[in-house]
Amino acid sequence: MRLWVSSMDIVKVESVWVYCRDNLVLKDVSLNIGTGEFLGLIGPNGGGKTTLVKVILGLVRPDKGRVEVFGSSPERLGKKRPLIGYLPQRNLIDWEFPASVLDVVMMGRYGQIGVLKPPSREDREKALQVLERVGMVDLAQRQIGQLSAGQQQRVFIARALVTSPKLLLLDEPVAGVDAATQDKFYQFLGELKEELGLTIVMVSHDLAVISNYVEKLACLNQNLHIHAPPEEVFASGSLKKVYGCEVELLTHGLVPHRVVEKHKGGS
Amino acid sequence: MDIFQYVFMQRALVTAVLVGGLCAVVGVYIVLKRMAFIGAGISHSAFGGVTLGFLLGLNPVAVAIPFCLAVALAIGWVSQRGRIPEDTAIGIFFASTMALGVIFVGISRGYNVDLFGYLFGSILSVSSSDLWLILGLGLGVIGIIVLFFKELFFLSFDEEMAKVSGLPVTGFYYLLLTLIALTIILSIKIVGIILVSALLVIPAAAAFQFTHNFRTMMLLSVLIGIVSGVAGLLLSYQLDLASGATIVLVATVIFGLCFAFSPKRRRWWVRAVQ
Repeated sequence: MRLWVSSMDIVKVESVWVYCRDNLVLKDVSLNIGTGEFLGLIGPNGGGKTTLVKVILGLVRPDKGRVEVFGSSPERLGKKRPLIGYLPQRNLIDWEFPASVLDVVMMGRYGQIGVLKPPSREDREKALQVLERVGMVDLAQRQIGQLSAGQQQRVFIARALVTSPKLLLLDEPVAGVDAATQDKFYQFLGELKEELGLTIVMVSHDLAVISNYVEKLACLNQNLHIHAPPEEVFASGSLKKVYGCEVELLTHGLVPHRVVEKHKGGS
Repeated sequence: MDIFQYVFMQRALVTAVLVGGLCAVVGVYIVLKRMAFIGAGISHSAFGGVTLGFLLGLNPVAVAIPFCLAVALAIGWVSQRGRIPEDTAIGIFFASTMALGVIFVGISRGYNVDLFGYLFGSILSVSSSDLWLILGLGLGVIGIIVLFFKELFFLSFDEEMAKVSGLPVTGFYYLLLTLIALTIILSIKIVGIILVSALLVIPAAAAFQFTHNFRTMMLLSVLIGIVSGVAGLLLSYQLDLASGATIVLVATVIFGLCFAFSPKRRRWWVRAVQ
């Protein structure tokens, strides 16, 4: 297998348009993601964040425009497919399903194992190893519905990591998780990023918290509004354009403080 | 028991075990993947297939097999396209194929006595060629499930993620529809077109009350399916009741007990005792 050249952009999205039925979801979106970036993708509900992630994954085919992931079109990744790890929105998961933590992580390897072949001992060891890394190995036999939201998140991170990916796509990873766990999760993600040399794209509508951890922010509301380090996004006032209203920001610096953006002409 | 001296009763018993077990295996996917309505839709469409067989003077089951497969794949195709919601698509196919069946019955002039057996099942009239068909196709269905066990497991849990992993998800979805359609046709002789979807759903739903493990759920479901089939058959014979309906009602009672005593819920009777 040819090694990935690290200086290139991992993801190239070029003037992509997506319609869902007759509604325009993505309008002329272009985005390049370089190796090792930590990109936060924010925007209002229905702004197309999940759709953009699905375009990168090859689950949604753009009506116009071009997408390249690891140098291939997302539908034709072939052997490079394991290089992508994906964490779907948690409300898409059936938590009652009779699957254990280990079952779920093993599923992450099924695509690599190939049809008609049972999982090998190596697959199992890799799954346990990843569970060890996320601190969930003791609960490997537990049914997934019998975990806390934070633990569930770790299991699905483990599933995303079990193929040794280079690109991690996370769709609303902290939804439904309490604030303390959220902070821990972001820190953990930062550690993983350094340790495994990951490139991360994280979707969130919690723009204030996300801005403390990501290196770049992109705001999406049909259009991709900006693509810059978080401070620049806040300074440029483009958030207002995305959300169409005043935005209250809570930033975590050394001293947590609240920044309330004012309307133009206001006191 | 002396009732087993009759060959028809021996055949009925073997059929009850085979069909009860087969429906219970396929039913696990139907319950977990929330496909119960698809099952009902496909089974009712079998009415169109069976009556077409009568009209053409051919073996009704032989005609129903391609007919049901076509309907199953059509439902899958329409819902995959996403232009019409899946349940709407099923509702349309469900009713139109039954309407077609009614027209076929009319054209083939007069009321056909056999029809009642296909609608409500007639396990006592299972012939040895029926039995061989059930055994052969049934083993085929089970064999395919064993071969693609991990893929079907993944698909049932998380279709989108399976697709991201590079599995041919659409192909497996159609495969699952095919297996469901075949299972339904094989079961029609036993419980009938109207009741077959119950046999697909109830054992798996009952098994789900007792386990958090997929394989255990499968085994329990098979056990419940076989017990319902055999107990229902014997009970119907003793009490002189319709066998298909008795099998379904026995399964329903088992489900009721499993639901009431499920360890997954806080048990009312434990609290009442404390």
